[in-house]
Amino acid sequence: MLVFAFRRLLQAIPILLGVTLVVFGLVHIVPGNPIDMLMPPEASPEIIAQMKAAFGFDKPLYVQYFLWLFRALQGDFGLSVFNATPVWGQLIAALGNTFILAILAAMVGFSLGIGFGMISALYHGRWPDKLFSALATTGVSLPHYWCAIVLVLAFAVMNDFLPAQGMGDDAEPLYNRLQYLVLPVVTLSLIPMGVIGRLVRATVLEILGQDFVGALSAKGLTRWPVIRHICKNAAPPVLALMGLQFGYLLGGSILVETVYNWPGSGNLLNLAIFRRDIPILQATILVLATFFVLLNLLVDIAQAAIDPRIRR
Amino acid sequence: MPEGINVKPILGEPVLKAEDLTVRFKRRNTDVAAVNGVSFALRAGETMTILGESGSGKSVSLKALMGLLPPYAQIQGKVWLNGRDMLTMPKAELGKLRGGAISMIFQEPMAALDPVYTIGEQISETIVQHEGISYTDAMKRALGLLEQVKIPSAERRLKNFPHEMSGGMRQRAMIALALACSPSVLLADEPTTALDVTVQIQILLLLRQLQEELGMAIVFVTHDVGAAAEISDRIAVMYAGRFVESGTVREIMKSPKHPYTQGLLSSTVHGGLRGRVLETIPGSPPNLAELPPGCAFAPRCRHVTDGCRSGIIPVITSDSGAMVRCVRATETVTA
Repeated sequence: MLVFAFRRLLQAIPILLGVTLVVFGLVHIVPGNPIDMLMPPEASPEIIAQMKAAFGFDKPLYVQYFLWLFRALQGDFGLSVFNATPVWGQLIAALGNTFILAILAAMVGFSLGIGFGMISALYHGRWPDKLFSALATTGVSLPHYWCAIVLVLAFAVMNDFLPAQGMGDDAEPLYNRLQYLVLPVVTLSLIPMGVIGRLVRATVLEILGQDFVGALSAKGLTRWPVIRHICKNAAPPVLALMGLQFGYLLGGSILVETVYNWPGSGNLLNLAIFRRDIPILQATILVLATFFVLLNLLVDIAQAAIDPRIRR
Repeated sequence: MPEGINVKPILGEPVLKAEDLTVRFKRRNTDVAAVNGVSFALRAGETMTILGESGSGKSVSLKALMGLLPPYAQIQGKVWLNGRDMLTMPKAELGKLRGGAISMIFQEPMAALDPVYTIGEQISETIVQHEGISYTDAMKRALGLLEQVKIPSAERRLKNFPHEMSGGMRQRAMIALALACSPSVLLADEPTTALDVTVQIQILLLLRQLQEELGMAIVFVTHDVGAAAEISDRIAVMYAGRFVESGTVREIMKSPKHPYTQGLLSSTVHGGLRGRVLETIPGSPPNLAELPPGCAFAPRCRHVTDGCRSGIIPVITSDSGAMVRCVRATETVTA
């Protein structure tokens, strides 16, 4: 098991290096130059060249890549082209905000999804199945941003139950600040709830069709121990999907964060793209991609811990 | 009234007794009569084999006994285990019996064992469930059970997952699991079908030896005439959800009376038939959703008469307790 975990960890290194290449490459394929955007049209060519040199944009691409990689490995992502503040600080703040949303949305979405899926499968073909399957399908089918807008209209504009946007400021009492979370968390949890619910239902139904479930009853196990067996068997594929979904949530939904004006990583990315703020863009994508890889690594290890047949 | 199929208990009280067991699968458009009135009685230490082709209802009968059929299955009749009716008792009561006084082994041990728990965990969880002893004590018992079914280096095998064992080893582990709480009845659903021939013999011998040690009754379901001859005290031949003939091994193997039994025996490869043409039974088993009136075997039978296709087929019971369900039984006996 330890050997397996160590091997997977080593395998993650080339993947991460590949990620840095893609991140760097993609950002530079995008047309538009940050300096051109920043400088007034009447700026002299000398000043533009000077600025380019200051940010290192004058060097050949491969030199830029290695310089960037070398610094990034030391945690130095440079300065934002837009406001010349360190990228790292902005990134940490935005990621922190997205983390709060992602963790809450994952908790809500995953637990509802697992619950709905289990009930659907255990009551296969009867009314609870139809009800919860319909809910799950609705969850995956509704567009994020549309839900966000409808929720804002219903709970913030037409009724004044909840704040429409932002995340409040530190001066407000905790209870008030929690209210800012409700709408974005509900919106973000819909898709994880739907996809997890559908997968849990399908997986558990498949397991229920296997002989060993009958054999468990044949040896006298009662309902809950049997469900424990089913859960352990269903866990690997569900964990894999939860890893992916949590990765998406961490990336922060650009659309949802924009609708709710939530200062998270999605928002940061969105701004950076429009401002051609290459250092921010690179750092954000790299950190998110790294999270994604690490998350999937964790899922792999967890899967192997649960199902010995995966440890090969 | 039960439909008269009875294997008479000769000595002692039967541990397992079924009377007119009937199973129908009723769904929207179909009504499948899988088991149509099966009766038998089994005493401690006795082995009865239910012999039949695929789809004859033998596995369904076992699952009905254990209450393992899906909810849409309609089960009728009576099944007593040590004098208590299993079909009408509450689910919780039945749960205490299953894996306790009555347990079951399956055709595919790989499919019947949970792939993500070790053999030791699976055996001891059964013991904990039934006897409420500590997990550590249950593990010790599991070790003893693995040794009892002759699994080499049992200590290590306890920590193995099903996929880490060979087919024969898995079936031994399955048997150990079934014996965990000293059942008085063991239901064996084609336990040797999925195994290599050499391993089949080992498992049959093991079952016989364990039966001698533990004195349990075995219901052995198979389509393998050889396995049936090897392990049984009595054989009941099943066709289209009914017992068409039953009797001691000797009676069935030496002087089969029902044309189906005769066909089954003569279509089996064994040494005595060397040089002779293997016979087959023409046609295929009837559709259980549309059973013909009269004898279900009539369309495939070469001794068929008009009397076979209509009315009730008489059941003829001999003094020894052997039974045959055939219009022409009295003729074929002498034939």
